[in-house]
Amino acid sequence: MSEEGRETGVANSRGRRLRGWGGVATMAAGVLVATALVPAVRSEAARDPGSVRPWALPEQQVTRTPGQSQAQGQGEGQGQARGTGEGQPSGQGTAQAQQAADDSCGNPEASLRPSTDSGPAVERIRARGHLIAGVDQNSYRWGYRDPATGDLAGFDIDLVRAIARNLLGSPDKVVFRAIPTNQRIPALKAGTVDVVVRTMTINCKRKQDVAFSTAYFQAGQQVLAPRGSTITAFDRTLAGRTVCTAKGSTGEAELARQSHGAKVTTVPNQLDCLVRLQLGTVDAVVTDNALAAGQAAQDPAVRLVGTPFTKEPYGVAMNQADTDLVRRVNHVLEEFRAGGADSPWMRAYRTWLAADLKDISGPPAPVYQD
Amino acid sequence: MPAPRPGARTGPRGWAEGAARVRAAAPTEPGRLRLVGAALAALVVAFGALTAWQVSERAAAADDVVHRSQRLSNDAADIYRSLADADTTAAAGFLAGPQEPRDVRERFERDIARASELLVRAAAATGGSGPAHRRITELNERLPVYTGLVETARATNRQGLPLGGAYLRHANAQMRSELLPAAAELYEEETARLDADYADARAWPWAALGLGALALAGLAAAQRREFLRTNRVFNQGLVGASAATAVILLWLVAGHAVADGRLADSRDQGAVSLRVLTTARIDALRARGDEALTLVARGAVLNESNEDFYEAGYRSGMARVIGDAPSPTGTEAGTGTGDGANADDGAAEGSLLGRARKLADDAEGREPVREAIEAVRQWQDRHREARAADEAGSYDQALAKVIGGKGTTGESFDRVDAGLDRALAHERREFELAANDGRGALAGLPAGAIALAVLGAAAAVLGIGRRLAEYR
Repeated sequence: MSEEGRETGVANSRGRRLRGWGGVATMAAGVLVATALVPAVRSEAARDPGSVRPWALPEQQVTRTPGQSQAQGQGEGQGQARGTGEGQPSGQGTAQAQQAADDSCGNPEASLRPSTDSGPAVERIRARGHLIAGVDQNSYRWGYRDPATGDLAGFDIDLVRAIARNLLGSPDKVVFRAIPTNQRIPALKAGTVDVVVRTMTINCKRKQDVAFSTAYFQAGQQVLAPRGSTITAFDRTLAGRTVCTAKGSTGEAELARQSHGAKVTTVPNQLDCLVRLQLGTVDAVVTDNALAAGQAAQDPAVRLVGTPFTKEPYGVAMNQADTDLVRRVNHVLEEFRAGGADSPWMRAYRTWLAADLKDISGPPAPVYQD
Repeated sequence: MPAPRPGARTGPRGWAEGAARVRAAAPTEPGRLRLVGAALAALVVAFGALTAWQVSERAAAADDVVHRSQRLSNDAADIYRSLADADTTAAAGFLAGPQEPRDVRERFERDIARASELLVRAAAATGGSGPAHRRITELNERLPVYTGLVETARATNRQGLPLGGAYLRHANAQMRSELLPAAAELYEEETARLDADYADARAWPWAALGLGALALAGLAAAQRREFLRTNRVFNQGLVGASAATAVILLWLVAGHAVADGRLADSRDQGAVSLRVLTTARIDALRARGDEALTLVARGAVLNESNEDFYEAGYRSGMARVIGDAPSPTGTEAGTGTGDGANADDGAAEGSLLGRARKLADDAEGREPVREAIEAVRQWQDRHREARAADEAGSYDQALAKVIGGKGTTGESFDRVDAGLDRALAHERREFELAANDGRGALAGLPAGAIALAVLGAAAAVLGIGRRLAEYR
């Protein structure tokens, strides 16, 4: 770095001053070069490392599009999802609300008189060659996919086949569409299905959107408890116990009105209550008895107790414009009910429900508005 | 090292005596020269020692990055991935029907075994306390509960009861609300440790740099002083000391700059890419799980806006992975001509895959990401078909589009997962290469700094000694 340092005695006063800094200047230059290197190397390498924060919890970094789940990704078990799968009013809920709604449309169960006259709706189905039915595939014994065969089966499915036979001459001329609870009314309005047979409760609010047949089953909220439990009905025996019900269901509304001292746990779907019951985190389930029968059928250690404490008639829902189809379905229902203990209705009842939903002697009587 | 070198002895008496001699010597030129020489030598040696110490500390931190924290962070990511994979596999296996395919069952068992094994390893590495340890304990407690629920779901499904689906959804809820968040937090903890090690390794050794500058300034002043007094331009000894000091300083600056640069590379190209890719892979896994659960739940669970809960989960997962705008056309025939050229029509800028593509700095890194992007687009197209079939009521058709062999979303998902796996392997190699370079850049510097400093100090003493000799 420095040349051989011969000690020179040259005495030019200007040169002397300059030369006095010779060695120092060389060093300074070296240091300067070194420091200049630093930013060069750094800027080449450092590509803005701090700005990338990829690892927020996935849930936290969602940029939500409108209408996406609010609590997405976290705790569906906490139940922000809505209950479904049965005749629970999806918008309203309480029995009182239903009562009030009932007043607004007279008797909601009243339907059009049966007739076999063909109108545009029946002609449409015949021209197509098959009936399109919206059904459930989650409700054991009502509309569910038998895992052994992969086929749909249940009380509702039998009813759909009876309608198809009457309209088209064969119980197999049906295309089943498994539709979730929230799609029942939109599907009917859009005409993507002809009928919805899906444990759907008849009420005034729904009658504003769709037409119903006469009631084909009378369900009601009831208590499901383990065999040997001290809980015997929807009464004081629930005091201090934990009761499970589906979020947004009639059961939840009834428990809010009168809990009989029970603690209430809500879950997204009524079947989740049976999971909780088996895991021992709840002591009883409040749901409608038709679905409770489906739960009891899956677990011999539980049973329905007490009697139904609400009235929830199930009907076949159709588009309001298809009045000829409504009359035709009511005609099918008349045939379905006819025959006493050997009626198709009683046979379906015995096949699917009687084991767990005892003491039903026959179908509900039809009510007509005209 | 005491400043008054001449005559300094150990013990208070020696010290006092030395101090007295310093005071006595100060007014005379030889005395002053001795003082200057001693101070310069001490300064240079101190600089060398400080450099050696600070560089060793950084080298140790760089070592931790390579050998400890990055590995722990990888393990934590692997725990997270194994858990998500187990959950997704359970859902897909459930869909296949009461007779679960053998390979699906084996994959689930492998995932659980892998997670358990890594948890044991992580527990050993994190010690018995701290937030990371709490997460590990939590995971160890929850994992058997989760597998129990999945087994119940399987057993119930074999009996043909819809209750099996409810059990599976319950297991999935446990996974998403308890296990996965704990695993994500564990990953956060380990990653924070990695960041801390990076910061330690990359902090500039300001103390050493400052002392080096001070030593150089001292040497410069000594030479100027000599010139003013004797008219000599160069004192060989002092020039030698200056050279040694400057070399140490240069070496320190250059070595640290290179190490810093390569560590920054390993972080940007390795660690950050690894994080983005890991997140993308896990989100893709969860989207796949949600897709399968949509068919398991069959519309039984809705969210607050009345949409299917799992379908909404799939959509938000996909939005994170690739962004909102789905390609309107099928990208079935993408055979991959060249790299990067047509990659821009794939993933949105801010999405995980978009970021991964941007972070990939060579063709070898971009290629698997590009493939993953293409596979995600194919997956989305197929998913749309499956949803359309399901919403039209053709459950069986939808099912056939989701599980099974060719043409299913499952096939697309496997391609995504494989692409991301390859991208991760590439980035891991890049990381190790860069981090090892960074670590290597500091090798030899501590020893070299000490040796040069000793030489420099000796040169300074000799240089001053030559001047002193003139007074004899």
